Amino acid sequence: MKPIIVLGSGLAAYTLVRELRKLNRDTPVTLVTRDSGDYYSKPALSNAFAQGKEPAGLVLTSAQTMAEQQGFTLLANTEVHAIHRGARQLETTAGMLGYDKLVLAIGADPIRIPLQGDAADAVLSVNDLSDYAIFRKALGDAKSVAIMGGGLIGCEFANDLALAGFKVAVIDPGPYPLAGLLPEQAGRQLLEPLSNIGVTWHFKTAVQRVDTSDRGYKLSLTDQSTEYVDIVLSAVGLRPRIQLAKDAGLAVNRGISVNEQLQSNDAAIFALGDCAEIGERTLPYVLPIMHAARALAKVLNGEEARVVFPHMPVVVKTPAHPIAVLPVARDAAGSWQVLAEGQGIRMGFFNAQNEMNGFALTGEYAKERSEMTSRCVSKH
Amino acid sequence: MKVWQCVVCGFIYNEVDGLPSEGIAPGTAWADIPDNWACPDCGVAKADFEMVEI
Repeated sequence: MKPIIVLGSGLAAYTLVRELRKLNRDTPVTLVTRDSGDYYSKPALSNAFAQGKEPAGLVLTSAQTMAEQQGFTLLANTEVHAIHRGARQLETTAGMLGYDKLVLAIGADPIRIPLQGDAADAVLSVNDLSDYAIFRKALGDAKSVAIMGGGLIGCEFANDLALAGFKVAVIDPGPYPLAGLLPEQAGRQLLEPLSNIGVTWHFKTAVQRVDTSDRGYKLSLTDQSTEYVDIVLSAVGLRPRIQLAKDAGLAVNRGISVNEQLQSNDAAIFALGDCAEIGERTLPYVLPIMHAARALAKVLNGEEARVVFPHMPVVVKTPAHPIAVLPVARDAAGSWQVLAEGQGIRMGFFNAQNEMNGFALTGEYAKERSEMTSRCVSKH
Repeated sequence: MKVWQCVVCGFIYNEVDGLPSEGIAPGTAWADIPDNWACPDCGVAKADFEMVEI
């Protein structure tokens, strides 16, 4: 019997394997990954420094132990060149592998903004544990860091590095932090608490050039200002990895297109996590992966299932000013209202029927996440 | 008293300590934590925790 092949070893891949094994210990599973396959928590990368964790200490379980515990065949450090759909085979650096079903859980690549300057290539991004190890090594002799992007990852790193004593500059073309997630009044709550720990903010501008200088890297911004820093970190977003699927003729849009069974236009191939697009929505963050993995495990086990997403609040790990948000779609009908303001803010997003469809909680209100989630009315 | 770990982010819940910041008193058994409780670090459900030996 040919196995289910899971491609990837991130949160999506491992959550799927774990959920599948809760239902079924017998179906052979092979996990193919281009890295070591060690299981670590990706969300922990952006708050590991202040917790005193070294990159190696972030590994929760080794790939070998995962394989033994969950009962799968591990093919680590293995690249996949192509999917041969007709023969149901994967062409890999470990040879041809036949599959019964194939799950693509291959994640996303950091978006890199084209930059000018002789040090444009020195800009780092952190998208996995090995990137993080490189970043931490670079931080060794550094005192200052510029972060391109004031979204969730940018703000989490800013908080983590500032707490660790680095001088941090956050540069973002938007008007305020977390603009993709939060209404302006809520996003602005983050300004002062992070300033107080050593973060400087540069909004409505972007890095244009990165050059070497005798004062570290010289950043030239579009607003004509300059910054000198020891390290530049880019955190401007992720782009789903679709090339492998596209080359195999699978339907792709921004991500690999799948239905509510996480199934692509090839009935034997599924996609999950940051590489997937479910009903024209890409669903980053942890909670959608957990729900989708649970549904896919049932589908792979031959059960009737489809993924249903409940309200999934997003936690922003900025301990200087904690934030929890249930984001609303950019085009959602309704308006944000301030419900309380103290050491932070509590805001709700209300539709025409005065039903709450989303919320933004910052500072002292962040801990109300569960209660606020249960008060929200489904948009569907 | 037992210790539980979030399989997603590694967050540790120790029954001895409870989680006073979340309104869970020291000594609260895992079974007594509401099912709708979520990991304070990453937000996943109580069901995504596993018991660990420490």
